[in-house]
Amino acid sequence: MEKFTTHTGIGVPLRRSNVDTDQIIPAVYLKRVTKTGFDDALFAAWRGDESFILNQPAYSAGSVLVAGPDFGTGSSREHAVWALKDYGFKVVIASRFADIFRGNSGKQGLLAAVVSQENIELLWKLIETEPGKQITVSLEDRTVTCGELTVPFEIDDYVRWRLMEGLDDIGLTLQNEEDITAFEQTRASWRPKTLPAKTEPKVEIEAARPVS
Amino acid sequence: MGTTLAEKLWASHLVRKGEDGAPDLIYIDLHMCHEVTSPQAFEGLRLAGRPVRRPDLTIATEDHNTPTLDIDLPIADTTSRTQIDTLRANAKEFGVRIHSLGDADQGVVHVVGPQLGLTMPGMTVVCGDSHTSTHGAFGALAFGIGTSEVEHVLATQTLPLKPFKTMAINVDGELPEGTSAKDIILAVIAKIGTGGGQGYVLEYRGDAIRNLSMEARMTICNMSIEAGARAGLIAPDQTTFDYVEGRPHAPEGADWDDAVEYWKTLVTDEDAVFDAEVNLAAADLEPFVTWGTNPGQGLPLSAAVPNPDEIADADQREAAVNALKYMGLEPGTPLREIRIDTVFLGSCTNGRIEDLRAAAEIIQGRTKADGLRMLVVPGSARVRLQAEAEGIDQIFKDFGAEWRNAGCSMCLGMNPDQLAPQERSASTSNRNFEGRQGKGGRTHLVSPLVAAATAVRGTLSSPADLEGADVLVGAPA
Ligand code: SF4
Repeated sequence: MEKFTTHTGIGVPLRRSNVDTDQIIPAVYLKRVTKTGFDDALFAAWRGDESFILNQPAYSAGSVLVAGPDFGTGSSREHAVWALKDYGFKVVIASRFADIFRGNSGKQGLLAAVVSQENIELLWKLIETEPGKQITVSLEDRTVTCGELTVPFEIDDYVRWRLMEGLDDIGLTLQNEEDITAFEQTRASWRPKTLPAKTEPKVEIEAARPVS
Repeated sequence: MGTTLAEKLWASHLVRKGEDGAPDLIYIDLHMCHEVTSPQAFEGLRLAGRPVRRPDLTIATEDHNTPTLDIDLPIADTTSRTQIDTLRANAKEFGVRIHSLGDADQGVVHVVGPQLGLTMPGMTVVCGDSHTSTHGAFGALAFGIGTSEVEHVLATQTLPLKPFKTMAINVDGELPEGTSAKDIILAVIAKIGTGGGQGYVLEYRGDAIRNLSMEARMTICNMSIEAGARAGLIAPDQTTFDYVEGRPHAPEGADWDDAVEYWKTLVTDEDAVFDAEVNLAAADLEPFVTWGTNPGQGLPLSAAVPNPDEIADADQREAAVNALKYMGLEPGTPLREIRIDTVFLGSCTNGRIEDLRAAAEIIQGRTKADGLRMLVVPGSARVRLQAEAEGIDQIFKDFGAEWRNAGCSMCLGMNPDQLAPQERSASTSNRNFEGRQGKGGRTHLVSPLVAAATAVRGTLSSPADLEGADVLVGAPA
């Protein structure tokens, strides 16, 4: 995971509340075997609508999503976060997030910043009157700045620390790699290993055929 | 105060104790992968530029999606084919051992591990599959994990975890003839409910468990997850050692002696205290079948379909109403009179050689009920070969059953082996959820003995219902 200290990018106003994970990424995209390449799947149902915010040239390169309350409700699919990241979003700002979505975001390095609805309205106004206007999010100061306006946001201390250090769960565990290596040295030598592979003698398998 | 077996296993795999409410870091001895839950995990490694830390503690096989017919032809369903191709490519890229379709060690991941001797007492075993609890039968701490955790184990060979609670399930006395391990576990789930084991490791204890074969113990631990538990456990004993000895990966010579000496210490201390205890008398058990759409909705075969009006708990009453509607059953119908269209013998619950032997013994010399379809799907290719060597395949074929290649098959219907809408099955698998075996399909969970007797009579039946059944089979499965 990349370290996150501050980010500056185009703000995208998404004036909707209760954007659930089915809207963020519909279930048909979940059959894929990859973890990337979901950018086309993001908000798939809305993307067909020309007036949809991401279809407007001024916003299409946005990286800071400013959404209505209760963003990310619904299923636990991690794909919702992958899709936002793949599209290019680094930050989602809302007054309330669904718990699982917020948890998944933290694991994947997407900043979910909680800003009061009052301040969201101010942000919306600024980026709507001046499409393409940039927003700066400082994780260090816990602030969102847009032009003259600077407002605070909330984030869990532990998640903030992890994002600033650029540590995902795996990265965190690997900080203790010495402990893992030390533990491995204490394991009895008879404990089974899959390699080199041992099996009983090879046998030709005949394919079963449909029973007529 | 002494410690439980689960606690001993935990302590012996502790890499680092979590401080200030952080989780413990637990070492994983064996990680098994299959095609459905691993692709994004490998992709994650690739994106982060990380290797698999211990390819020598990792193994992959193809099971969930694989066809059971024409396995030498390309897989027709493109999504399935892509998932399998992806697994093969990932195994190659990351140096992970894989047993592919057509290989003698291909099969349901939970059948393959034990048969290779990779599952042993005292281990931690994980897989991106909830029925990993199967391996607990060896006295190993074995549990299913999600895709992010699969990636975590691939990268670090550890998992950050909070300790589980412990529950003892005491099954004392002797199992009556015609009953088997499947009936024990279905009765346990009916007793504690599908959420009764939540957060717990269940340790099965008592004479009835000690007297079971290794394969029967696997059947029990396999379904721990259907009671909501994290894992199931049975302390290893001579039965366990005998099963492991001589398998391809079993320790040899002095190593074997060291291993057994250690394994003998893997018991719950007499003065240890469980967080919860449940008691069951084996002698009271009868063949058990499910009537509803979760594994907790089960009754003895001699009972009738329950009347929801007589269920006191409002949630359970509503669940029963919905289940009966989906299952197309009338309250009061004797379970023995329920007509079955398809019998499925297989899965990681009951697709091992003893299961096939037990069923074959019952159908031998008898005729299949008119119009009934019977699918026999060995749990692994090796089980299939073993059965063929014993002539069991011929017994099934003579009976009119379909003899298939190994895989998960109709247990979850991800391949073409599915029930049609409203088709009714008696299935030796582990989940009777709506649509699990095919959209609109209706599943009754049964033991291999009941499956076989049902295939003969065409309605849910136990071996005792068969003509000339005065001599009952010994029922190890
Ligand atoms: S046989 Fe069924 S329960 Fe077992 S691993 Fe396959 S799908 Fe899961």
